[in-house]
Amino acid sequence: MKFLISMLINPAVLDALTDEEKAAIGDGHGKFIEALKKSGELIITQALVDPSQAVVVSVRNGQPVVTDGPFLESKEYLGGFYLIDCENKERAIELAAQIPDTAIEGLGIEVRQVMFADGQLEA
Amino acid sequence: MTTPAIEDLLRELAPQVLGALIRRNGQFEGCEDAVQEAVLAATVQWPVEGVPNNPRGWLVTVASRRLIDQMRSDHARRVRESATATEVVSEDVPDTDDTLVLLFLCCHPTLTAASQTALTLRAVGGLTTAEIAHAFLVPEATMAARISRAKQRIKAAGSSFSLPDGAEREERLRVVLHVLYLIFNEGYTASSGSELHRADLAHEAIRLARMVHAQLPEDGEVTGLLALMLLTDARRETRTTAAGDLVPLDEQDRTKWDRGLIDEGIELIKASLAGSALGPYQLQAAIAATHADAARAEETDWAQVHALYLILERIAPNPMVTLNRAIALAETEGPQTGLTLLSTLDGDERMAGHHRLLSVRAHLLEKTGDTAGAYEHYRRAAKATASIAEQRYLESRASRVRT
Repeated sequence: MKFLISMLINPAVLDALTDEEKAAIGDGHGKFIEALKKSGELIITQALVDPSQAVVVSVRNGQPVVTDGPFLESKEYLGGFYLIDCENKERAIELAAQIPDTAIEGLGIEVRQVMFADGQLEA
Repeated sequence: MTTPAIEDLLRELAPQVLGALIRRNGQFEGCEDAVQEAVLAATVQWPVEGVPNNPRGWLVTVASRRLIDQMRSDHARRVRESATATEVVSEDVPDTDDTLVLLFLCCHPTLTAASQTALTLRAVGGLTTAEIAHAFLVPEATMAARISRAKQRIKAAGSSFSLPDGAEREERLRVVLHVLYLIFNEGYTASSGSELHRADLAHEAIRLARMVHAQLPEDGEVTGLLALMLLTDARRETRTTAAGDLVPLDEQDRTKWDRGLIDEGIELIKASLAGSALGPYQLQAAIAATHADAARAEETDWAQVHALYLILERIAPNPMVTLNRAIALAETEGPQTGLTLLSTLDGDERMAGHHRLLSVRAHLLEKTGDTAGAYEHYRRAAKATASIAEQRYLESRASRVRT
């Protein structure tokens, strides 16, 4: 079963962390990735740039309109994700719980099963 | 010989060659790599040079040479050793078929079900890592990591290459059957991806089940599982429309069911029910056979289906079985009785919010005339499923009861 583990971040919460705490998160992700590769459960992981670098594209009257940043009113953004292939939902939750972000108030980890997949697998 | 015929031959021989190598040298991991290389060499050479007179001996020779290549890094020695390996092997290819032992090894209890499945398909099914990865829609690197991990675990567990005895053998056989069942289901439940490759998996599961059955013809559950697979696979063509939409059992075109598979399945299950202690696979096969017996959906012997589910519920209690029994009960005693039985599942946390429970309840509510309740449950079921085909089906049901 494939699951997408999304890391929902609140930039204000991230900014408030100390350098040690930030480093610990980085280390935690590194170890998590190693463990997932060894167990054969990792398909891919990608981290996204800071939401301040994002733009929203919409098309009005056939003309693309680009505005700064995503939805300004929202506090949480997608910081990155893990796409995994594991035994069942319980295992996906067990894995997600190992992500260091889960220990920090204000950072969210969401687990959802993949329903349809297409594209190049050898990413 | 044509290439598909060579592929079939290789698939059949690969586990025998691997068994022979492990029996002589031990070390599952090294032998497995060597056999994969030998099989690869054969797929390149045989179509051009023709199939050797003793294909199994050829494979054992080449694989042994590869294995020794691996063991001896010293180049000078490598040449001498591989020459020796050729001599030894060509005269003495053991005649025992170790495939079953190999299957037991691949379904080692210390492995996860996903790893057991992958290793079985590679070592016993003779599929390449790329083929297995493709079938399970994961990158080759992911599958390679899983297989190599599985091989290390088997090595660490220090399993001897022999069939376990008594209770342990019985226990391991259940795991083997479960793995074959999982492989079959992966192939049969078309959720996404290339349908063709999924069908291959179902066929591979049937081939392996046939092989186990040939070696253990007296085991009722082995027979039951094979029968279940054949009876289920017989309906493949009619389960979806050309557009990929699901067709429920009662709306399938039964004239298109594969009669050959059905007859074989019914024959197998009859023989096993007469001869051995009942197990879950036999009962499920008997249920499938009851459905197959009805020329039209209305002629289904629901009383018998219900009785079989009742026995299944007793020997292998499981909320999914109760759910299925509720469907049969509704057919014999009316939808309200079915709904009453369903309500006993509400407290089961495995079933809470499960799309099967929601959709069966929707279906029975529809039959009682409660269209509002049916609509609500079809919609909730559609949201809860992870299968797009099922979601489309449930949404079409929902819009049908709404109008």
